[in-house]
Amino acid sequence: MTAVDSQNALSMDPAADTAAPPPDKPERRNWAPYLLSLPALALYAVLLVVPLAMTLLLSLNSFGFYTGIQDVWQLGNYTDIVTDDYFHEIFLRTFRIAVLVTLLCAVLGAPEAYVLRRMKSPWRGLCLLVVLGPLLISVVSRTLGWALLFGSTGIINTALMGIGLIATPIEFMYTETGVVIALTHVLVPFMVLSVWASLQRLDPQVENAALSLGAKPFTVLRRVVLPQVVPGILSGSIIVFALAASAFATPAIIGGRRLKVAATLAYDEFLNTLNWPLGAAVAILLLIANVVIIVGCNRLIERRYKQVFE
Amino acid sequence: MNRNGPIALIFHTLFLGFLLAPILIVCVVAFTSQGYLSLPTEGLSLRWFKAIADNPEFVRAFRDSLVLGAISSTLAVGFSIPAALAIARHQFPGREAITALFLSPLMVPHIVLGIAFLRFFTQIGLGGTFAGLVLSHVVIILPFALRLILAASTGMDRSIENAAASLGATSWTTFRRVTLPLILPGVASGWVLAFINSFDEVTMTVFIASPETTTLPVRLFLYIQDNIDPLVAAVSAALIFMTVGAMLVLDRLYGLERLLVGRGQE
Amino acid sequence: MPYLVLDKLTKRFGQWLAVDNLSLTVEKGELISLLGPSGCGKTTTLQMIAGFLDPSGGRVTLDGADLLAKKPNERGLGIVFQSYALFPHMTAAENVAFGLEMRSIPRADRDRMVKDALQLVGLGAFGDRYPRRMSGGQQQRVALARALVIKPSLLLLDEPLSNLDAKMREEMQIELRRIQRTVGTTMILVTHDQAEAMALSDRVVIMNKGKVEQVAAPQDAYDNPASAFVANFLGRTNLLQGTLRQDGGGCRIDVAGTAWPVAAELPAGPGVLTVRPEKVTFVDGAGVPGFVRARVFQGTQWLFEIQTDAGPLTVIRQHDGQILPAENERVTVGWRAEDMRVMAGTAGGA
Repeated sequence: MTAVDSQNALSMDPAADTAAPPPDKPERRNWAPYLLSLPALALYAVLLVVPLAMTLLLSLNSFGFYTGIQDVWQLGNYTDIVTDDYFHEIFLRTFRIAVLVTLLCAVLGAPEAYVLRRMKSPWRGLCLLVVLGPLLISVVSRTLGWALLFGSTGIINTALMGIGLIATPIEFMYTETGVVIALTHVLVPFMVLSVWASLQRLDPQVENAALSLGAKPFTVLRRVVLPQVVPGILSGSIIVFALAASAFATPAIIGGRRLKVAATLAYDEFLNTLNWPLGAAVAILLLIANVVIIVGCNRLIERRYKQVFE
Repeated sequence: MNRNGPIALIFHTLFLGFLLAPILIVCVVAFTSQGYLSLPTEGLSLRWFKAIADNPEFVRAFRDSLVLGAISSTLAVGFSIPAALAIARHQFPGREAITALFLSPLMVPHIVLGIAFLRFFTQIGLGGTFAGLVLSHVVIILPFALRLILAASTGMDRSIENAAASLGATSWTTFRRVTLPLILPGVASGWVLAFINSFDEVTMTVFIASPETTTLPVRLFLYIQDNIDPLVAAVSAALIFMTVGAMLVLDRLYGLERLLVGRGQE
Repeated sequence: MPYLVLDKLTKRFGQWLAVDNLSLTVEKGELISLLGPSGCGKTTTLQMIAGFLDPSGGRVTLDGADLLAKKPNERGLGIVFQSYALFPHMTAAENVAFGLEMRSIPRADRDRMVKDALQLVGLGAFGDRYPRRMSGGQQQRVALARALVIKPSLLLLDEPLSNLDAKMREEMQIELRRIQRTVGTTMILVTHDQAEAMALSDRVVIMNKGKVEQVAAPQDAYDNPASAFVANFLGRTNLLQGTLRQDGGGCRIDVAGTAWPVAAELPAGPGVLTVRPEKVTFVDGAGVPGFVRARVFQGTQWLFEIQTDAGPLTVIRQHDGQILPAENERVTVGWRAEDMRVMAGTAGGA
């Protein structure tokens, strides 16, 4: 059945309508969808667009230690950030942490999703619960766990030295290593979810087909499974990268006041130094970077893998 | 389906260990009998759980978090249902753009939203109020509710609504008697997911909460920044126990995977 | 006076004409089928009558009143949907009662009418069941009862039997016909299954690409197809390309070296000869020569694929003990002049 014959015009290409000859009688304009979305639209206009616009304007104001926020319009905060080595270091560190966390999540999360899919029930459901469950537990509680493991109790160092892996304790608290480990723990469930979703679309018979054609299990994994899971890994990576680059609670607890990242920098400017315009500029840069990366990467993935997953 | 080899199972075990270690340590440390952070080597004690009761600010923050989550997710669901029906049932100019806008808070870092709301609420005089918390939470959790309700509405056979209309039901009666009962599982899981996201939110809330109105995660975060002691471990452990309990119930009711992967209903 | 009138009904989706100037009249109490392949516009037509789609042009009147001016929930039509569209959260009885509730029928009357309707479709004992726990055929009957109980001025059936297995479908065809006789409701049935249309309808409307090809009683359409499309769509047929010529006595068509007299007056040039497989016989004398490419036993009959100079030809012979040619045997086939139809043009232009 074609789209129209079976149900309605919903699945018709909307672009075709623009090229249509004028109908015999003017079609009734349907206002219902606009009315239905109006409450949410109004909410977003007031509570999303306006605050973000105000933040943008705030980032153009200047700030003096004694004068407070000045109602002038200038790009000083942005030039400060672009030219000052202090900010460079913080943004570079944020980027480095986000890249490392993304890589670790891909390396750990993708195989885990695959292993999970090959498990039999009820183990599969149980393990999935354990893997996804932490998503529901507050980030603060989870990060506290790492702070306890790294610092006060020193369990990790005791264990590592006990099995003879290291001779002297490794410093985890207030280091990038610690932040990367804790953030990987916080974000890896997103990667598992994303890869899991793409594995669900995979026909299990395809693997058997490859095996029957004489491929070794590893070859099947590399030539048949992996290519089909790549979009899942990529979209998971986008999510993880975006969340890692703007993460706040974990770097704030594990990194402390000394090891700043972009988000904790903005927090300090706002709530400690009280230089709101500079904090707003950091936030705007973070927002732009986030949107560019998410939208850009999604476009790329869609273009590259459109044919595979239609 | 094929079985996992020994290497895969070792990897799996290590992975689960990595995921569970920090959560377990919190729960273990919470039972220490010492006055400082330590493993409960000298026997288990509930003294730190009892200590929570002596810190009313934690109890109050917990109650505020529950109320905030309930109100904001109810509002988010209220906004989402008509919007989801518009998107699922109609083809109209601007549909793609509106959908993208509704999901856009997912793309905005919470730190940015925190700053934006702090600025906005101080300007309009809502700074540090509970109403401000509710409004900001509605915005960030709406996409989660919308996604699940949208999935449920899209998955529903359109001709069922047409059938109701052909039998003489008005649009409102059709919605009340037919559409709503059928998308209810999606609405309920949307509410739950929204509630969880509201309850756990810390990054944005830390900017707009005030000492008088704050949430439990923010309270915990601020406390940890000053000092880590068995009390926060006990609070976290209590939170973890409750989450696990809720999780088991949810998994029974809807399936956790369905909730998180984002497919509304069968 | 006709009961339902479709007047130059048109529906456009973008540049595509789904329904093109469709005009049709239906008498009260008639069961008429809209028959055609996927995308021919039959369901679109039904949706416009029901009010789920706005026509781009044209008029629909029912019993003299303009139907398009009313909203779908004010039209009072009964509709049986392809997916049945039962309310899954209501029992069979609640489903049937829904339309009566919308009409504010008092409780006692409602219960009685629901019971009668379920009785009519043979589900008297199933009122408390939920649709999920019913078979496809039972769900179909609930859908029918739900549509009939509101005493609709018109009953629209959208591919009502397409989700049933072959045996159940035959049962439901007989059932539908019985119910239609009993209640006398005017019905429009949309289907792509020609056997279903023929079995049930007083008249069939054969549609193709948004246009009506023929409106006729089933037997008439089968025996006297108005176009090659109709001939091909209503059951199996053979289309043979030939040449029309005028000579002395009248019109003739040449097919693979054999000339057949044509009753109608057609212009000289290319022509198409159609003949039903069951009308073709193996003959000893003059006819179209060929050889048996394949033969398939189908239980009550044999199906032959004959390769001739005019192209492949399908022949159906009853399995009644007669001696039939074997595969690869050379044969000559023929048919009576009154069993064939001839049209000007080429087979491709059907």
